[in-house]
Amino acid sequence: MNEIRLTLPLDKAAIAKLNAGDGVLLSGQMLVFRDAGHKRLFQSIQNGKPDFDYVGETIYFMGPCPAVGDQVLGSCGPTTSGRMDKYTPYMFDHGLVAQVGKGKRSPECIDAIARNGGVYFAAIGGAGALYSDTVTAVEELYYHDLGTEAVRRITVKDFPAIVAIDSKGRCIYKD
Amino acid sequence: MFEIDTSQIAAQVCGAIKEISRNIEPTCLAALQNARDRETVPAARFALEKMCENADIAAKKGYPVCQDTGMCVVFVELGKDVRLTGKLLQDAVDDAVRDGYADLRKSVLDPVTRVNTGTNAPAVLHTDIVDGDEVKISVMLKGFGSENMSAIYMLNPAQGLETAKDLIVATVKNAASNPCPPVIVGVGLGGTFELCAKMSKQALFRKIGSHNPDPVLDDLERELTERINSLGVGAQGFGGGTTALGVFVRKYPTHISSLPVAVNILCHCSRAKVIVIGKEGVRYE
Repeated sequence: MNEIRLTLPLDKAAIAKLNAGDGVLLSGQMLVFRDAGHKRLFQSIQNGKPDFDYVGETIYFMGPCPAVGDQVLGSCGPTTSGRMDKYTPYMFDHGLVAQVGKGKRSPECIDAIARNGGVYFAAIGGAGALYSDTVTAVEELYYHDLGTEAVRRITVKDFPAIVAIDSKGRCIYKD
Repeated sequence: MFEIDTSQIAAQVCGAIKEISRNIEPTCLAALQNARDRETVPAARFALEKMCENADIAAKKGYPVCQDTGMCVVFVELGKDVRLTGKLLQDAVDDAVRDGYADLRKSVLDPVTRVNTGTNAPAVLHTDIVDGDEVKISVMLKGFGSENMSAIYMLNPAQGLETAKDLIVATVKNAASNPCPPVIVGVGLGGTFELCAKMSKQALFRKIGSHNPDPVLDDLERELTERINSLGVGAQGFGGGTTALGVFVRKYPTHISSLPVAVNILCHCSRAKVIVIGKEGVRYE
């Protein structure tokens, strides 16, 4: 497979050229958080004072292992995206550009990605050691008490993934 | 009477956790490599290549294969002629989990408060008394992307085995990409609600490529594997011919009113090890 090299943050013009099934290599910065981080962010949004902003960002659903040896970040493959489906349409409607995770998404998520010209990438589940080798920097930003589920910003180089839902709402997964 | 101190069991469990978190079970890795070599759908082949590459990096560099280092499940089969000394078995195994997970992800928390235990303890420990003077310890680090896709059905007898087969296949189909396929499928048939679920987990310790000693179950496993691999879910849900690396079935007599069916799904990185402690020392199965 000939992977398409993409630089983060992504612009909508670059996203528009992607088709479901394309292989990509992502380089640049992503925000990282998963179940508990989303739950707490949405509580803050409902209280009218969001804890942080995600406009223009790519969010990766992941909770890492501790770093061992010469790792910058421990093993760090994707977690199941479907558990974040309930938050996803709102986030794309309010400026989120892309998500990275694993597995199928709800029809509401696919619609939200399409109407906003966004994209959903599937990383390879279980490939934690391989993804660790793509991380060049990490910073823990918010919700430190959540441990592995804290909000982090990571910098990656040549992070492999597949376009799972493209900006037209086409999906790699069969029903 | 053969005496074993539970600290010896703890040492083996701790060593196993450290080893298998970094090394996919060998028959599972071989099956993944075979699937990669056969796969013709580009995205699925890409996924299988990355899975094999990942296993290689993890083993060589000593990194955990997957960041979900799971919840530690331990089956102890205790020979009736063995006397355990030292700490309570659960406490000894929990010590092993605390040590073994020191540099792994802590994923275990209170289900009500969602407060993390901070150590990945406690383990889920099942103990059976068996014949003999050995202790057999089966250790698995079970990820929950796949655990969440598992299911149990209490069928009525009129529905029968055909409905059971359809439900097993449908469970894997509906799980789709979520449990990190290609998956390993453990099936329990019969018993009671809780025994059926337990059998489906125990079945996941079978080696890929091994045959069921019961010829009827062996045929059933072959049929289910073929049906699941024709679903087209494929590696990571990207399509292709390998949705399951293996299907393993255990059974137990059940009640005239019921047909319990449990389906426990394991991801493509099986992290499992079986240890036997006996008079002649320790061996691995």
